[in-house]
Amino acid sequence: MVIIHKLPNRRYGMPGNASCPGCPESMGLRYLKMALGDKAVLVIPAGCSSVIQGIGPKSGINFPILNIAFAAAGAAASGMKAAFEVQGKDYIVVVWAGDGGTADIGFQALSGAAERNEDIIYICVDNEAYMNTGIQRSGLTPYGAWTTTTWTGKKEHKKNMPFILIAHDVPYVATASVGYPHDFIEKLRKAAKIKGFKYIHLHAPDPVGWRFDSSLTVKVAQLAVQTGMWPLFEYERGSFKLSPFSKKYKDPSKRVPVIEYLKIQGRFKHLLNKPEEIKKIEEYIERTWWWIDLLERSTNPAKTARELLNK
Amino acid sequence: MGENKITSSQTCVIEPPKTFFWAPLSKPAPAASGKTGTWRTERPVIIQEKCVKCLLCWLYCPEDAIIRKEDNSVEVDYEYCKGCGICAAVCPVDAIKMVPEEWGGKQ
Repeated sequence: MVIIHKLPNRRYGMPGNASCPGCPESMGLRYLKMALGDKAVLVIPAGCSSVIQGIGPKSGINFPILNIAFAAAGAAASGMKAAFEVQGKDYIVVVWAGDGGTADIGFQALSGAAERNEDIIYICVDNEAYMNTGIQRSGLTPYGAWTTTTWTGKKEHKKNMPFILIAHDVPYVATASVGYPHDFIEKLRKAAKIKGFKYIHLHAPDPVGWRFDSSLTVKVAQLAVQTGMWPLFEYERGSFKLSPFSKKYKDPSKRVPVIEYLKIQGRFKHLLNKPEEIKKIEEYIERTWWWIDLLERSTNPAKTARELLNK
Repeated sequence: MGENKITSSQTCVIEPPKTFFWAPLSKPAPAASGKTGTWRTERPVIIQEKCVKCLLCWLYCPEDAIIRKEDNSVEVDYEYCKGCGICAAVCPVDAIKMVPEEWGGKQ
């Protein structure tokens, strides 16, 4: 359990960087510093994070960073970890990639590193489009969302990255949200202790690309969890479990109606008077939770058997 | 000049550089993009009497522009605050108010 008041009093971020007001990525980077301290070394492929650094000679991110080509983040991190091992240095190699650098362009390097079970933490900062180059559609853009390349709304659903990584059978897979920093910090600390490939998918609502007011970043992130759009869970060494913040929303009647999440964002504006489109998003949520139920039951057979015996 | 000249029979060996400081390298420092306080259109003002020292604004501020003091009271760093308004939105007791900036970016 992370208690805010017990965190050391220091400046975790780097003020005066080039991020937009209300940026979830610079929030996430602060939580990364709170969790791992000065032991983390970042590998950043092209994306918003390489813009936040700004141009030299000053860097706007408070970490040692290797900037690398879009498709090479997983491979570069594997090499970096191997070099640290040879030199006997105890650093945590963290890949901080956007959704394009994870799910689309960087996917082969990620999949390769996961298959080799490299000892790195891979964090996908998911702002659901190519925000840096001007809000183009990505594989992680949800159904119906406006982007500059999908004017009438995207016609496909979001690729379910955490489940793909679970299928790789890596030691640790988790989802997190910038709206719940306690949860994210806890998962990062847990991941740092595990040897092998760790994947954390961080949901990061972006005020610029999602078309909402910059003060609502935290609220939108929390609504995504409360409506069931973004379930928080972790998969650790073959056992799947829901995080405490998301446990309650397994029951569909306890979830906030998805319209609350959609109407706050300008990118879903054209969907609001189309009930059949909203129904499709609701069906997507149902399907995601069906998968979660399936994984929860199939990965904990011992627990399920014990429960049956106790009955 | 004559001694150092490489002839075609010799092989040219390029020594690897001892340090890599010739590569583009930047170091973490505040104000990488200047004093970002000038971006602000609204400024957060903390009402200290209402503050309950929960530190939520300090936790959620993306810019690290909320300065946490020894006794967990907070203060805004107006030099770098971009005025996004997250601190005012997450404050549970409404102790932070967003006030429009004066015309001309006066700090």
